[in-house]
Amino acid sequence: MTGDNRVQSGGRIDRAKPIGFTFDGKKFTGFAGDTLASALLANGVHLMGRSFKYHRPRGLLTMGSEEPNALVGVGSQESRFTPNLRATQVELYEGLTAVSQNNWPSLSLDFQAVNGLFSSFIPAGFYYKTFMHPKGAWESLYEPLIRRAAGLGRAPKARDADHYANLYAHCDVAIVGAGPAGLAAALAAARGGARVMLFDEQAELGGSLLAESAARIDGKPAADWLAATLAELAAAPHVTLLPRTQIFGYYAQNFLAGLERVSDHLASPDPKLPRERLWRVRAKRVVLAAGAHERPLVFPDNDRPGIMLADAARGFLARYGVTPGARAVIATAHDSAYRAALELAQAGVAIALIADLRPNAEGEWPEAARKAGLRVETGAAIVGTRGHLRVSHALVAKRWADGSAGRGEAIACDLIAMSGGWTPSVHLFSQSRGKLAFDETLQAFVPDVSAQAERSAGACRGAFALSEALADGAAAGAAAVSAAAPAPVSVEGAPAAHGGFLGLSPPHGDPQKSKAFVDFQNDVTARDVTLATREGMRSIEHIKRYTTTGMATDQGKTSNMNALAIASQALGKTIPQVGLTTFRLPYTPVTFASIAGMSRRELFDPVRQTPLHAWAAENGATFEEAGLWKRASYFKRPGEDVKAAVARECLGTRERAGMMDASTLGKIEVVGPDAAEFLNRLYINAFAKLGVGRCRYGLMLNEAGYVMDDGVIARLAQDRFHVTTTSVGAAHVITLMEDFAQTEWPDLKVWFTSTTEQWATIAINGPRARQMLEPLVEGIDISAAAMPHLSMREGHICGVPTRLARVSFTGELGFEVNVPADYGRAIWEAIWAEGRKVDCVVYGLDVLLILRAEKGFIVVGQETDGTVTPDDLGLGKMIAQSKPDFVGKRSLAMPDLAREGRKQLVGLLPDDSQFKLDEGAQVVDAIAPAIGTSALGHVTSSYFSPTLGRTFAMALVAGGRSRIGGTAYVTTMQGTALVRIVEPIFYDKEGKRLDA
Amino acid sequence: MLLIRCPYCEMERPETEFRYGGEAHLVRPLHPAAASDEEWSAFLYLRVNDKGLHAERWRHASGCGRYFNCLRDTITDKISVTYKSGEAPPSL
Ligand SMILES: [Zn+2]
Repeated sequence: MTGDNRVQSGGRIDRAKPIGFTFDGKKFTGFAGDTLASALLANGVHLMGRSFKYHRPRGLLTMGSEEPNALVGVGSQESRFTPNLRATQVELYEGLTAVSQNNWPSLSLDFQAVNGLFSSFIPAGFYYKTFMHPKGAWESLYEPLIRRAAGLGRAPKARDADHYANLYAHCDVAIVGAGPAGLAAALAAARGGARVMLFDEQAELGGSLLAESAARIDGKPAADWLAATLAELAAAPHVTLLPRTQIFGYYAQNFLAGLERVSDHLASPDPKLPRERLWRVRAKRVVLAAGAHERPLVFPDNDRPGIMLADAARGFLARYGVTPGARAVIATAHDSAYRAALELAQAGVAIALIADLRPNAEGEWPEAARKAGLRVETGAAIVGTRGHLRVSHALVAKRWADGSAGRGEAIACDLIAMSGGWTPSVHLFSQSRGKLAFDETLQAFVPDVSAQAERSAGACRGAFALSEALADGAAAGAAAVSAAAPAPVSVEGAPAAHGGFLGLSPPHGDPQKSKAFVDFQNDVTARDVTLATREGMRSIEHIKRYTTTGMATDQGKTSNMNALAIASQALGKTIPQVGLTTFRLPYTPVTFASIAGMSRRELFDPVRQTPLHAWAAENGATFEEAGLWKRASYFKRPGEDVKAAVARECLGTRERAGMMDASTLGKIEVVGPDAAEFLNRLYINAFAKLGVGRCRYGLMLNEAGYVMDDGVIARLAQDRFHVTTTSVGAAHVITLMEDFAQTEWPDLKVWFTSTTEQWATIAINGPRARQMLEPLVEGIDISAAAMPHLSMREGHICGVPTRLARVSFTGELGFEVNVPADYGRAIWEAIWAEGRKVDCVVYGLDVLLILRAEKGFIVVGQETDGTVTPDDLGLGKMIAQSKPDFVGKRSLAMPDLAREGRKQLVGLLPDDSQFKLDEGAQVVDAIAPAIGTSALGHVTSSYFSPTLGRTFAMALVAGGRSRIGGTAYVTTMQGTALVRIVEPIFYDKEGKRLDA
Repeated sequence: MLLIRCPYCEMERPETEFRYGGEAHLVRPLHPAAASDEEWSAFLYLRVNDKGLHAERWRHASGCGRYFNCLRDTITDKISVTYKSGEAPPSL
């Protein structure tokens, strides 16, 4: 098809550059400079979507980012498909593929439009009341039905192939909106030498000037003034112009968030370009020049394709050379629609009638329309429309003094251009927490008191006329750089336009029986709003939620004021008494990908690998995640399954020797004359008298008395400690240490350094551990006599400095070799070579967890959950009673922490020795407890022990220690399992193997 | 995102460099053992949770690592002043 509805000349399109595109599979041609909306209109396509709730046919209402109806999906490949784009903002490029949304099976034949026939069953609040009963039906029946019937576009099915960038920027003056006010502000600020950033959502800067054909500014045609202004700004090195950039959020301290569409408008973008850029801008001063939105008139069936806002109809002609209809009825309460009528008439559109709601229309524009011979009826209301996929008639009636209207006379037309007046766009001002005031003359909310270093200028604060907007913008720009306002530029041919109407257009008959749309995107009618007030909603916030008016992605740009007026009339209050709802960000929808920026896929989160990671990977390790760390779970050999590998590693370690990478262990160097005193206050154990070269297991509580972390602490010197923490708790522990040292005990001389990544830590456990190390260690006597359990020595291993500890988390004779991380792999390989001589195994985290549980050693975060005391764990004896205080001590004496019957750590042996309990499963005292019975506790750890040839578990059980010797039941997927309650130690109770 | 002035670095830095640390000027009893259960509970759990100006702790976690205090309006998020640990809150 060709552009049948295109005038011969004029507009900002390039008629020499035709562009092919498809919409719902059908081929069309537009021109460079078109949007999808203007190109479709040029081809006579008005039907562009189906409405959210009733699936009514819809066409364009607006020409800009406020468009509620014409939402489309764009993209020929799934990996570049974007739903819910406003056709008015989609720039045309060769090969653009767009589809309509929310229709089945097709746009012109939508079966679900039947919703419209049953619409009396889906009134306001229908989500909340209609579908409440019967119980369970919401999930199984209603919700899927509604989801299919009502909705926006579909999500893309393939992973996003594009990339996205984040940018930070700083400037003296950020100006939002590049219409007349924004441009004048930018000129004034830039001439004052300030760093200026000028943002505009459109592809071209200029705002309303882009559709301005009559006015002259500074003696030049408006288009020339615009070109000269943009040239001056572009040439200024300290000015950044950002078209296609929507400022969507205004945060504290003049922090603006903007989304720049970088490559969506290009047929074959440079693959290096991001699709979008998220701008985070900190501005010393902000000028909001966001303009105003034209309002629809709320009359029955005001939503048919072919009914659009008057200035949008004019704009499509002025900017794109498109006539949106052949015969128009103008429905208005504002002078500006007369201008639309004049320009449309000049382009050959027949103006059937200008129906003005107002009793009189005497301004310059109405006079000009009359002079041009256009038929004007004042005191005339539209009381309905006809047509199916396109409007065919307007029903025009006399407006009566009582607020109603007579029976309508059908006037044939294929375009109704309507205007209820203009609403200043105060969204960003409101986001900035500025206070609004209701202007009685303008019948609009306008910015009153700024909360930040901000000023609104132009139409967004009610300065609508071109001359006013230019002067106001210039004054705002000058004020932002503390300069005097420049002399105003001269403006001719742009007379001020007045008028406006809020709320329900005077109806003929019962307005409750018709659909007069207020919120087009969410399908909210005037009837819905009045119904909400009748059902008891008093606050506009309640009405908003109950009806969903203003809650769609268009943020109620075209609907808020009409909804408010209808509500205030129904409630018998004034508009300021009812008040506005909160304006939420984002101003227009923002892609998740742009917010994520580079933080996707492998860059989503850092990955921590130990110095021994590569060796483990080369030797068959399967890794798991522990916090950000990758840890080896087990080392499967060819032909082995997990169970076999785990059994081999377990038995090998217990019987001979095993090596494990323990480098993820958190390590903190605590240094200073008061280091011992500090640790004494932080841990429950006594550290003051710990000898140099000795280690002690330390348990840390929070101030509430609950176990937070544990680890072995070694004293290297009088004033130096090597503190270890849990793998995932290290950052938290050092933060806590800093907190106490800086703010609670600043008198203590002590310093902390995170050394987790400085050391590679190799654990060697098993009866042959000493044999493996002896040939490699220099300067340390590791004999049982010279180096007892829980000691640490400094020396060398294979010529590399080491901190060698004798500790055990398996119950076997154990050593931990700490060497500088860069030497980790070499030392590991040297020990491994020795180990192979004694048939050593390498084991992973799975085996470590089994071996420690067999000994009843706890894992913080597994046996504890932030509500567990040392005594609950059976570790009460560790508390150094002689210390007057340590973190958490006082809390241990609080009634709830000291009471009888708390959950205590016990061991569980399933009656079926091969049945493994689920971790987290409930422990109960009856085989089939009645519903509502509370559990005794839960399983914290559960394993199969190759050493014992059976399963075992640990659990926290109410009054657990007094139940030892008894039985209980544990819930499973198939009923309950009988368990014996035992002491939480399953292997080598005497601890003989430590000294094997 | 807020800009927060670190009183140690003497610079305004973005909020992402900082970590919130809860209400400021809570005093840990010198002799916890002497505190009654009620006093100790209050120390652990009772916070002013003011609407308006709130004295609170922040840590310049990705900077100098120091804890400091500030007065922030919990309605507007505006931070009126930051000051070092151990200093009394400035009167506004
Ligand atoms: Zn700092």
